[in-house]
Amino acid sequence: MIGRASTGRSPLLAVYATLVFVFIYSPILVLIVYSFNRDGVGGFPPRNLTVDWYAQLFADGAIWDSVVNSLVVAAGAVALALTLGLLAALALDRAEFPGKGLFRRLVLLPLILPGIITGLSLLMFASLAKIPLSLATVLLGHGTALISVATTEIFAGLQKLDRAQEEASLDLGATPWQTFWRVTLPNLRLSLLAAGLLIFTLSMDEIAVTFFLIGRDNTLPLEIWGRLRRGITPEINAISTLIFAVSVLLIVVWYRIRTRSIGSEAQQLLENPLEVE
Amino acid sequence: MYSRSYKSLVSLPPLLWVGLFLFLPYALMFAHSLWIVRDGVLFHQWTFENYRKLFANPVYLEVLWRTVRIAASVTFCSILLSYPLAYYLSFHARARKELLYQLVIVPLWVSYLVRGYAWKTILGSDGVLNGFLRYLHITHAPVSFLLYSPFAVVLTLTHIYTPFVFLPVYASLEHIPRYLVEASQDLGAGPLATFRRVVLPLSLPGLLAGATFAFVLSLGDFLAPLLVGGSSSTMIANIVQSLFGAAYDWPLGAAISVCILLLVVALLFLTERLEKRWAFR
Amino acid sequence: MNSAPTLDPAPNAPLLELCNVAKRFGSRAVLQDVSLDVAAGEFLTLLGESGSGKTTLLRLIAGFERPTAGEIRMGGERLDLLPPHRRRVNTVFQSYALFPHLNVRENVGYGLRVKGIGKNETSERVEQALAMVKMQDFAGAQPARLSGGQQQRVALARALVNRPQLLLLDEPLSALDANLRKQMQSELKTLQREVGITFLFVTHDQEEAMALSDRIALLREGQLEQVASPREIYARPASAYTAQFIGQTNLLRGEIRNGIANCGVLRWPLAAADGAATFSLRPEAIRLSGDAVRRNTEVKFRAGIRQQLFAGASELLEVDAGAGQVLRVRVPPSGVLTGEHELVFSIADAVRVKES
Repeated sequence: MIGRASTGRSPLLAVYATLVFVFIYSPILVLIVYSFNRDGVGGFPPRNLTVDWYAQLFADGAIWDSVVNSLVVAAGAVALALTLGLLAALALDRAEFPGKGLFRRLVLLPLILPGIITGLSLLMFASLAKIPLSLATVLLGHGTALISVATTEIFAGLQKLDRAQEEASLDLGATPWQTFWRVTLPNLRLSLLAAGLLIFTLSMDEIAVTFFLIGRDNTLPLEIWGRLRRGITPEINAISTLIFAVSVLLIVVWYRIRTRSIGSEAQQLLENPLEVE
Repeated sequence: MYSRSYKSLVSLPPLLWVGLFLFLPYALMFAHSLWIVRDGVLFHQWTFENYRKLFANPVYLEVLWRTVRIAASVTFCSILLSYPLAYYLSFHARARKELLYQLVIVPLWVSYLVRGYAWKTILGSDGVLNGFLRYLHITHAPVSFLLYSPFAVVLTLTHIYTPFVFLPVYASLEHIPRYLVEASQDLGAGPLATFRRVVLPLSLPGLLAGATFAFVLSLGDFLAPLLVGGSSSTMIANIVQSLFGAAYDWPLGAAISVCILLLVVALLFLTERLEKRWAFR
Repeated sequence: MNSAPTLDPAPNAPLLELCNVAKRFGSRAVLQDVSLDVAAGEFLTLLGESGSGKTTLLRLIAGFERPTAGEIRMGGERLDLLPPHRRRVNTVFQSYALFPHLNVRENVGYGLRVKGIGKNETSERVEQALAMVKMQDFAGAQPARLSGGQQQRVALARALVNRPQLLLLDEPLSALDANLRKQMQSELKTLQREVGITFLFVTHDQEEAMALSDRIALLREGQLEQVASPREIYARPASAYTAQFIGQTNLLRGEIRNGIANCGVLRWPLAAADGAATFSLRPEAIRLSGDAVRRNTEVKFRAGIRQQLFAGASELLEVDAGAGQVLRVRVPPSGVLTGEHELVFSIADAVRVKES
């Protein structure tokens, strides 16, 4: 290892790394602490700790309506993106067709383009097709934009799949359809799970695209956004803290799944956002 | 092994879907940019009028320039923060490497809004930071430039995108076989020379990917300015947003969007080429 | 003036001295109390199975690990206190470790450029080094385009161009196919002679070790089993392990009683104390008896041919000497042999070895 036999560990680098961690986490910690502050957000130090804001949060119907909306949209987006992503991955892996390269890049675009562009494009489409804006349009937008997350992950899973297994299945008399259900799909379990979890989280947090496709019913991020325009209250701290806690839980679960699956491409997608195979 | 019907069955649905719901919308964006609004009414006439308006307008150009500066600052700061962190994790952290890695990823999954909001509460005149400074008697009056300024936007976006830059940088550093580092030392290069001559060049693809990601997404961001930027930090995406909102002029907004889109595609193309040249296997 | 032989210090003091070197990783002791001197200009091979510690020992000398105990000296000065980039030691890695972002010329010149040697001198020395390994036509190529053998030569040139006092080679030929390997062995040997640099070579292949080395240091589970020249270690293995690891052998186990060694059905006079004894008898030391003469320096016995494997230049026979005692015998091509034959070997060829 570099530095092991030579200069030993680098204390300067360790200090710097710690400072970066502090930078990344302090705002979140401040957020959490002030969600318990009776005197509201701001001022220092926080005295009068209370859980009143959480109580107010739990009584806030509108917030929980928006949470339900977000969950519905996220679930739908997962279903949509996984289905199309699975087919797309199979197509990329096993079929040749004109425009394959273009297709791959096109599918990847929504992830790298600023959300406003994808959101507005879809808005124009909805407007032209006379589709009224609602949670359905939001679901459509999320699902479409997140297809490539599923595709990349499942495609990698297909690469790891031993082709001989499918051949053996056919050899033993199973039809291609049966082979798909009994051999291919079970082997893709971990990829599907990891992709699904990532899509779910991205959908729950999505703002930019949602901003332009939303109708009367809000998703959670947009509900919070609306309130922010009216002013800051620690109730928002409270919901933010809860979001943070759930996110941490999800990422731990996702990480466990990922390290069990041999090579996670959703992770690599984030690591190589521009890489097109 | 796969029959034609199998191949058609798997390729057609996604192709059709993507064609209808991605390709068509983006194409519509292009089309709109070539149409025109007169007196509040949309005409489907083909013209380059919007682009001309865009480039002739000094206000738009100033906003565009500010946006580029902000995006560049965010990219620069994100690299400054994430590269050493990734390097430390990859080369110096031993037992705690996995844990530290997870700790870096966690904020990535925490809502953009949550993080933007956090900074809003911290930087304001009545915010936590000011309260902290007053508590320590460092200042007596609230420091006002912290919030509602380009500084706040850069700070917030840096905070959001540092983990995004970290990931590809860390991945490319991890990909460097340790025996190359040993070989460099074996040949007489100390740690600094080894970093400069071996580690840094081989980590460039990841660095490039992360930087492009951060730059592009900062360029098109409209939420941070609304949250913490105030009127002095309007970015180009805010203009687009208003053109699709109150200042009803979809074609003009589309024209700006198309410019952003083309810029992004050009950057992607460029980095893809560079990555191919630099991606050593 | 004393004409009796004195213990003069060696005319050339050893280049490298390993003094009681030990290395542990956590609770695992990989090397224990290794002491070894390497003479300047010699080709010394560290031979052993995987896990014997030979690569670890090499890495300690290169500087990528620090010894848990003991000292390493080069030219009399402490080597193990120096970081790898300050040791006048260069390594040829098992994976070649060529820098993928530099071409061949830049790879070879890396060590020179890092030390600040001027462009002209660097260029000249690089050309020389490449010519030495016959890779001068590939100077501008990218490592990824070269074959394994070619990469290996470039790695060699990259190390040699720095004129190190000691060159470490970590199983450099193990990734090559058999023919290329033989060819490279020959070239390496010649190169070492020409250049005169001390080579410390690591391998698990005992044939390779015997072919190339001036001396072999056999490592077993972190300790030195035997250090000797190839001929010495082959003819006089110190232990049963060595006898079996290097070349093939028959291990005859038995006891000495009243001046007679008894191993199964084989008996011969031996002046040694009573007790258990193990002997190593090489297959080629046993031959088909040509005459009926009994010499007291030889052991004759009858055995039935159980198996015969034709090996081109020789035959490997498996013979049953009776009472389940099976021996392997190597004879020149003799046509198909059946039934019982009389075999003979010289007593001197039954080398007494320590039981491991």
